[in-house]
Amino acid sequence: MFRFLLALLLSASPALSQGFAGLGTTAEGFAVPQPDPVFDFPSDHGPHPAYRIEWWYLTATLSGADGRDYGAQWTLFRSALAPETSQGWEAPQLFMGHAAVTTADAHYSAERLARGGIGQAGATAEPFEAWIDDWAMTSTAAEGADAYSALSLTARGDVFSYAMELQATGPLVFHGQDGYSVKSAEGQASYYYSQPFYEVTGILDLPDGPVEVTGTAWLDREWSSQPLSETQEGWDWFSLQFADGARLMGFGLRETGGSVYTSATWIEPDGATVAYPDGALRLTPLASVDVAGRTVPVEWRVELPDRELDITTRALNPQSWMDTSFAYWEGPIFFTGSHDGRGYLEMTGYE
Amino acid sequence: MLYSALQSLFSHWRRQPGQLAMLVLGLALATALWSGVQAINAEARASYDRAAQTLGQDSLPRLSRADGQPVPLSDYIALRRAGYLVSPVIAGEVRSTNARLRIQGIDPLTAPEAAQGPALDGGLDLAAFFTAPGLLLVSPGTAAGPLPPDLPRLVEADGIPPNAALTDISTAARLTGQTDPSFLLVAPEQPRGLPPLSEATDLVLSQPQETSDIARLTDSFHLNLTAFGLLSFAVGLFIVHAAIGLAFEQRRASFRTLRALGLPLRSLLTALALEISTIAVLSGLAGIALGYAIAAALMPGVAGTLRGLYGATVPGTLSFDPVWAISALVITLLGAAAATAQAMLRTARMPLLSPAQPRAWAQAAGRTIRSQGIAALVLFIASGLILQFGHGLVAGFAVLATLLVGAALMLPVFLTVLLNRVEKLTRAPFLQWVMADTRQQIPGLSLALMALLLALAANIGVSTMVGSFRGTFLGWLDQRLAAELYVGARDEEQAIALAEWLAPRSEAVLPIISTDVRLLDLPGEVFGMADHATYRDNWPLLSATPDAWDRLFAGEAVLINEQLFRREALALGQEIVITDDLTLPIAGVYSDYGNPSGQAIIGFDLFRALFPDAPLTRFAVRVPTEDAPDLASAIRETFDVPTELVRNQAQIKRFSIEVFEQTFRVTGALNVLTLGVAGLALLTSLLTLASLRLPQLAPVWAIGTPRKVLARTELARSILLAALTWALSLPVGLALAWVLLAVVNVEAFGWRLPMQVFPADWVKLLGLSLVAAVLAASLPSLRLARTPPARLLQVFSQER
Repeated sequence: MFRFLLALLLSASPALSQGFAGLGTTAEGFAVPQPDPVFDFPSDHGPHPAYRIEWWYLTATLSGADGRDYGAQWTLFRSALAPETSQGWEAPQLFMGHAAVTTADAHYSAERLARGGIGQAGATAEPFEAWIDDWAMTSTAAEGADAYSALSLTARGDVFSYAMELQATGPLVFHGQDGYSVKSAEGQASYYYSQPFYEVTGILDLPDGPVEVTGTAWLDREWSSQPLSETQEGWDWFSLQFADGARLMGFGLRETGGSVYTSATWIEPDGATVAYPDGALRLTPLASVDVAGRTVPVEWRVELPDRELDITTRALNPQSWMDTSFAYWEGPIFFTGSHDGRGYLEMTGYE
Repeated sequence: MLYSALQSLFSHWRRQPGQLAMLVLGLALATALWSGVQAINAEARASYDRAAQTLGQDSLPRLSRADGQPVPLSDYIALRRAGYLVSPVIAGEVRSTNARLRIQGIDPLTAPEAAQGPALDGGLDLAAFFTAPGLLLVSPGTAAGPLPPDLPRLVEADGIPPNAALTDISTAARLTGQTDPSFLLVAPEQPRGLPPLSEATDLVLSQPQETSDIARLTDSFHLNLTAFGLLSFAVGLFIVHAAIGLAFEQRRASFRTLRALGLPLRSLLTALALEISTIAVLSGLAGIALGYAIAAALMPGVAGTLRGLYGATVPGTLSFDPVWAISALVITLLGAAAATAQAMLRTARMPLLSPAQPRAWAQAAGRTIRSQGIAALVLFIASGLILQFGHGLVAGFAVLATLLVGAALMLPVFLTVLLNRVEKLTRAPFLQWVMADTRQQIPGLSLALMALLLALAANIGVSTMVGSFRGTFLGWLDQRLAAELYVGARDEEQAIALAEWLAPRSEAVLPIISTDVRLLDLPGEVFGMADHATYRDNWPLLSATPDAWDRLFAGEAVLINEQLFRREALALGQEIVITDDLTLPIAGVYSDYGNPSGQAIIGFDLFRALFPDAPLTRFAVRVPTEDAPDLASAIRETFDVPTELVRNQAQIKRFSIEVFEQTFRVTGALNVLTLGVAGLALLTSLLTLASLRLPQLAPVWAIGTPRKVLARTELARSILLAALTWALSLPVGLALAWVLLAVVNVEAFGWRLPMQVFPADWVKLLGLSLVAAVLAASLPSLRLARTPPARLLQVFSQER
C-alpha cells in the first residue's frame, strides 16, 4: 500500500492524482511550462528540479541473433516534493526507475526507488548521465556532439539484465509547438522532445541465457508540473517506425466522459516535424484481453487521414504488464494496413 | 447410577460450603498467580518480538561496521551503485530529563517489505513524512506518555514498540544529528548476476536473529518471574491438597455406603473425578480472571522493572490471549489431578467393609515422616552438588528448588524432633499431653506449615537480596557520582565554549565521552576517561592490577564493567578487542549496577584518536558542594542549554534510586501475595483438623479441662507452630538469599553483591506469621470454645 501511494506521488496519471489530493494537478510553488520554449542544451538534457515531474524514457524494438523479436524499456522518473534541490537525506527530489524486457511469451519488469541528494539516483547534464542504483543511461557522444547522440544503457532486475549501446542517426525532434506539448483543452502542457532515431546493439541477459540483439530505440524527454487535467483517466501513447525511416508519435488522453484528446507528431526521416492538433489522430481500440485482472485493449486502429495512415496494431506480447508500484501496459507492437512496421505502445489508467 | 452417585457426592459440599470455598479458593489462587505471571511474560516477549519485527530484525540480515560505528554514507551509495539491494537505517535516541524516545529512521524508498511493517500502510501524508519537519509514527501509548520536547508531529500507528518512533531517515538524521546510517538492511533477494555481498564490502553481515538482544538479556528476569509463579502455584496446590484430603476423609462413610449399595468402584472413581474436574474447571476460570487482573495490575511495575534493569520497553498494558487462558486451565486441571491422586488412590484401595476411620489418615501420614526426612537430606545433597558443579541460570534455580523443597520436607521432621525433646523435658501432664498432641497433629498440618515455610523463606531471601542490592547500590552511587555537577551542551561548539567558561570557575572540568561499539559480539559502550584524582580516588574498582590507573591513562590498558567480565568469564590481563585495530589488556573491573550491557573505559586521548567523530558534549564539573547550585544557575543563565542538561549530583541520585525502587516493586508485590496464600493454607488445614479432632479433645474435656482452656491451648499451639516454622525459615531464607546473590544474580545480571542481613525485617516477618497463625486458628478455637457439651459427649456414645 505504501509503495502504491508512493507511486501516486511519482506518477503523472490523472485518475490517480485525483485520489491524492489533486497533487498532480496543482503546481504550488513549482514552475509551469510556458509556450514558445527556448531549450538550452546540454543543460536541458539534465534535470529540472523546479518542475514537479520529469522523465527520461527509452523504448527499444529489438531483434535477437536467435531470430526472435524483443522489446526493452528503461525509464527514470523524477518527482519533486518541493521545487528545490539540496544535498543529504532531506533533498525533496525522489526518483523511480523502471526497466523491462518483453519477448513473445514473457515480460520481465523491475523497479527501483531512491531519493536524490545522496548520490543513489539522479541526473547530470554535463557529462550526461541519468542513474538509479546500478542502472544508468550514460552519454558516450563524441566531444562537441549532442550528448544524446550516443548513449550506453544498463539495467538489472531480479531475473534479467541488459546492456546496450545506442547511436543516433538523426536529430532531436520537438513535439507540439517547438517542444511545448499541450495535453488538454484546458491548456495543461509539458515540455516534450525526443530522440527517435537510435540504432541499438546490445545483450539481453534473460533466464534462458544471454541474447545478442540489434534494433532501434526512441528516447522521450518530458517535464512538467501539472501534466494532466483532472478529468483525464489515462493515456494511450504510440511510437511508430515506418519502412521509409519516417516516425510517428501519437497519443490519446481519455476523458472521463469517453471523449479523447489526441495529439501527434509526424517525423520525416530527416527529422523535420509536423505537429497535429486534437482530433487529427484517431485511435480506436479493437480487441481487448484480460491483463493482470484488468481489461486492456491490445489491438488498435490508428488513423491519421492527413498522411493517409490507417493501420492496425498488434502487441508482440499482449501481457506486457509493468507490475510496478504504479502499474501500466508497455510493450513492442507490430502494425499492418496502409503502412507496415514496428513500434511501442504505452497504456495507462486501465483499472 | 452415576448421576445418583454424583448427587450424593455433591451433597457433601452443600453441607460444607466453607470447605468448598477453600478448595475453590486454593485452585483459583494457584491458577491466578501462575497464569498471571505467564501472562506478564507472554506480553513482554510479544513486545520484544514486535520491536524486532518493526525493522525486520527477525527476518532481514544486516550490514554493519565491525566496530559498531555508523556505516559511512559513501559505503552505502557504493553498494547501491554496485546493484545490491540494501537499505539504510539511522537508529538513535532523543532524551530529556524524564523521557526518552528511540528513533528508527528508515528509507521507505529502498526498505524491503519486511522492514516497513504494518505502520506504513494506509493514508499516511507522504509528502509530510518525507519533508521537514517530518512525522513520527508512534503507538498510542507512547503518544500519551511523557516525551522529550521539540518533536515533529506524532502520528499514532499500530505495531510500533513502546517508547519508539518510526520515521523517515531524513527526520531521524535531523533528530539524532547523525547522517551516516547506523546499519544497512539487506533484502532477501538480490538481483541476478552479482557477486556475493561479502566480496563487495568490508562491512560485517549478520544474519537475522532468532531472538533479539533484548530478549536474551531479559530472559533471566522472566525466568525469575516464572520461578515465583511456580512457587505460588505450589503453595496454592498445598491448599487444594488439604481441602481435597479432608473432603475425602469426611466422606469415607458415604463412599462405603455407596459401595455397599452396589455402586461399582469404577463408577465411584469416575464420579469423584467428574466432581473434582468440574470444580477445577470452574475455579480455574475464576483463577484465570483473577490472574488476568493480577497481571494487569502488575504490568506497569514489570514495565518499569524491565526499563530500569534492561532498558527494554514493554507496554504497561495487557492484551488477552485465548491460548494463554486455555493453557492456564490445563495447568489447573493437572494441578488438581496431582493434588487428588493420593486421595483417589486411597479410595480405590479402601476395603469395602472396614470401618470408616478418619483417624487412620493422620496416623498413616505420620509414618511418612521418616521417609520425608531422608528425601530432604537427599535434596540438600543434590542442591550442594548442583551448586558445586552446575552452570548457568537454570542450575541456579535448580539449587533454589532443591533447597526449598528439601527444607519443606525437613520441616515436619524438625518439628517432631523438637516437640519430642520438649515433651521429655516437661513434667506437667497437661503440658506433656499438649506436646504429644501437637506432635500428633504435625502430619495433618505439615503441608500448610510447609507452605508457610516456603513463603517465609522466599520472603526473607528476596528481601535480603533486594536490601543487599539497595545498600550496595547506594554506596556505589555515592562513589560513582563523585562530581558535583553534570553538564551537557547542545553541540560540540557550545561544549567548547562551556568548558572554557567553566575552567576558571571550578576545580576541574572532566569530559564525559562515549560511543556505541560491539564488545565481544554484543552491543556495548566505550567511554573515554580523563586522568584525574576524581576517578583515581573514587571510581569503584572490584579488582585491578596495581598500576591500573597509570596504564589506563597511558592508553595501554582498559577497564571493563563487571557484567562483561563475568559474562565472558574474562581475567585481568586478558586482551579484549575494542575496535578492529585495537586490542588492549584488561587492567581492572568496576561495578556498574543497573546497566545490562558490556562497557569498557579507555584513556581519553586514546578515545579521541580512535573515535574522532564521537561528539564531546558532556562534562563532569568539580566544585565545592555548596557552590554547585549557584554554578548550575549561572550556566543556565549564561548559556542557552536546556534545563535537563545541567544536573547536580543529588538530582541524578534521586532519579537512579527511583529507577531502583521501581525495579523491585513487582518482587515486593509477589512476595505479599505468596505470604497471603500461605496464611490461607494454614487456615484451611486448621479448619480441617478442628473438625477431626473432637475425639482427641473430648476425653481431655471429660477429665476436667474447660473448653476455654482447650480453645486457648489450640490457639497457643498454632502460634507455637508458626513461630517454630519461622525459626526454620530463617536459615532457609538466608541460604536462599545467598544463592540469589551469589549465583542467580551473577547469571542473570552479571553482578555479584555482598550480602547484608536485616534482622528488623525478620522480626516483622515473625509478627506477620504469628498474626497469620492467630487469624487462622481463632476461628477453629472459637468453634471449639462454643462446642456444646452434648457434641463432646457424643464422641463417647457414637463410635462410627
